[in-house]
Amino acid sequence: MSSTIPILEARGLTRSFGAVRALDGADFDVHAGEVVALIGDNGAGKSTMVKALSGNLALDSGSILFDGSEVDLSSPSVASHMGIETVFQDLALAPHLTPPQNMYLGREIPAPGFLGKLGFLDNKTMRARSKVAFDELGATVRSYSSPVGSMSGGQRQAIAIARAVAWAKGVVFLDEPTAALGVVQTKNVLETIRRVRDKGVGVVFISHSMPHVIEVSDRVQVLRLGRRVATFQAKDTSVEELVGAMTGALDAGAK
Amino acid sequence: MSNDSMPAKNATANAVGVAADAPPTGEPRSEAAVSPDAALMTVDSERGIGGLARRIVKVQSFQILLVLLAIFVVFSVLAPDTFPTWSNMRLVIQNVSILAVLGIGMTYVIITSGIDLSIGSVLVFSGVIAAKVMQGMGGDGWGTAIAGILVSIVCGVLWGVFNGLLIAKAKVPPLIVTLGTLSGALGLAQVITGGVDIREVPAVLASNIGYGNIPGTTIPTISVISLVLLLIFGVVLHKTKFGLYTYAVGSNEESARRVGVKVDRHLIMIYALSGLMAGMAGILSLAQYSTTAIAGQSTTSLAVIAAVVIGGTSLFGGVGTIFGTIVGLFIPAILQNGFVITGVQPFWQQVAIGAVLIVAVYIDQRRRAAASRATKTGKRSLTHLFRRSA
Repeated sequence: MSSTIPILEARGLTRSFGAVRALDGADFDVHAGEVVALIGDNGAGKSTMVKALSGNLALDSGSILFDGSEVDLSSPSVASHMGIETVFQDLALAPHLTPPQNMYLGREIPAPGFLGKLGFLDNKTMRARSKVAFDELGATVRSYSSPVGSMSGGQRQAIAIARAVAWAKGVVFLDEPTAALGVVQTKNVLETIRRVRDKGVGVVFISHSMPHVIEVSDRVQVLRLGRRVATFQAKDTSVEELVGAMTGALDAGAK
Repeated sequence: MSNDSMPAKNATANAVGVAADAPPTGEPRSEAAVSPDAALMTVDSERGIGGLARRIVKVQSFQILLVLLAIFVVFSVLAPDTFPTWSNMRLVIQNVSILAVLGIGMTYVIITSGIDLSIGSVLVFSGVIAAKVMQGMGGDGWGTAIAGILVSIVCGVLWGVFNGLLIAKAKVPPLIVTLGTLSGALGLAQVITGGVDIREVPAVLASNIGYGNIPGTTIPTISVISLVLLLIFGVVLHKTKFGLYTYAVGSNEESARRVGVKVDRHLIMIYALSGLMAGMAGILSLAQYSTTAIAGQSTTSLAVIAAVVIGGTSLFGGVGTIFGTIVGLFIPAILQNGFVITGVQPFWQQVAIGAVLIVAVYIDQRRRAAASRATKTGKRSLTHLFRRSA
């Protein structure tokens, strides 16, 4: 929490799917250099919130502020232009492409000079820079020339996170990044999250695992029935308190 | 399992375990620092001539090249005086040339996990319109011929764009769209000609391109044109951004879209390319046979698809090479030629191709199952040919 103005703030977001109000006047905020966990029971509106804040979903009403000024996140490319990146649950890597190709997909470095104008690529530079980015996160990518589809879930997760982090200058959303991972890989991902935060990026961490939430985040915001019902300082809270807020058993927020 | 493979497997497991177990230090970790095993493995599997050779052997287009060479050797032994001669091979190469032009577009289309059944009909349609235009202009000179070439190419591109728009924008499955244009383009060609082939082709076209040779050699001009196109589009596919996006769209359309690849525009361009090649093939066919051969292309699309798939391009998308397609085209051509020369009924060629095709797809399935771990994006079936996500 290095600054007083949140890097990304949502005010009164509303979105209905038919008769269901997935978001019902929900607020949210994350500062630069901070890990905010977004928790809530199934159907609380977490995924809808992430989609809205990453430009993947249109809102019925409400406003989104980036660095203090209101923005219109109409598409994922608008969001990524601002430095907002998302790692979705389904990873969204192209399984037949290599890690560097995935890393730079949509942002390729052209070859120098005339060849670049013809569409030729500077694979050497992209490979070298990808390696730097993976190393920086401690991601063990064993092969830079094999398709990512042949790699383990943990490695793909690391590549997806590295890609998001490499391009995210403002905020990175991680939707259930540890859901499919083993113990050791989970540890690596949590460590990665801390390193990204230390680079001054705002990290939004969505998870069902309360111990992980408490371990890695600075603040915890709880969604229930499409609203933010509570915000906790992670160091002052407990699993019981968080579960209580999620389920509504505990109606007093620490806000 | 052989004893040799066991230590290797253990080494792999160790390397992963050690690498993952290493305490996060906050420092950029070099591969060597993580574990000597991991570093060794990277070097082993990626660099060095041994690793490269092993990877080449695993590529389907290489395996199929061995099959082609085997077939070649068998016929060479059976008919040493007639089969392995330049004049015979020249014939085979000439016969393959037009299909190879079509194969370029089809390779791109199938890599995007699409299909284009319409190319045979688009070839006929483009040839018919070009023949009509050249007939109308009259004359046997280059002026008329060039007009015909341009008209044929434009017709092909228009059909391709039409296919692409329906597939990318209207979200109609590629199998259905191109089945429709397969029928539609052929029907229109018959309407325009009344079903009667046009047999007037400018002499310069027929004698220079159609059955002519490169001056001073016995190399067919049509094959050189085909080879140049193969080289250009091979380089585009394997070395440029356009090629990379083709693989990306076929591998995971949604992920390509999310990172800002203009997927719809790319698909339209891919089908336009396939149409362009069909238009090109239309004028080449006209030049070679001096007739529009309206009824002669009913199985062309399937022959090209079979060749592309035999050559290792995956119907599931994301995988494929132009080189594989070339090899895949020569197998049926050599078989047919060899059967004729050795006195086997040439109809057996069709049986053999059917078998090779099924085996090729079976191998592709097995390889995919082994190579990709079961994930949402990895698990795919061919139903994508029948439906498109909205």
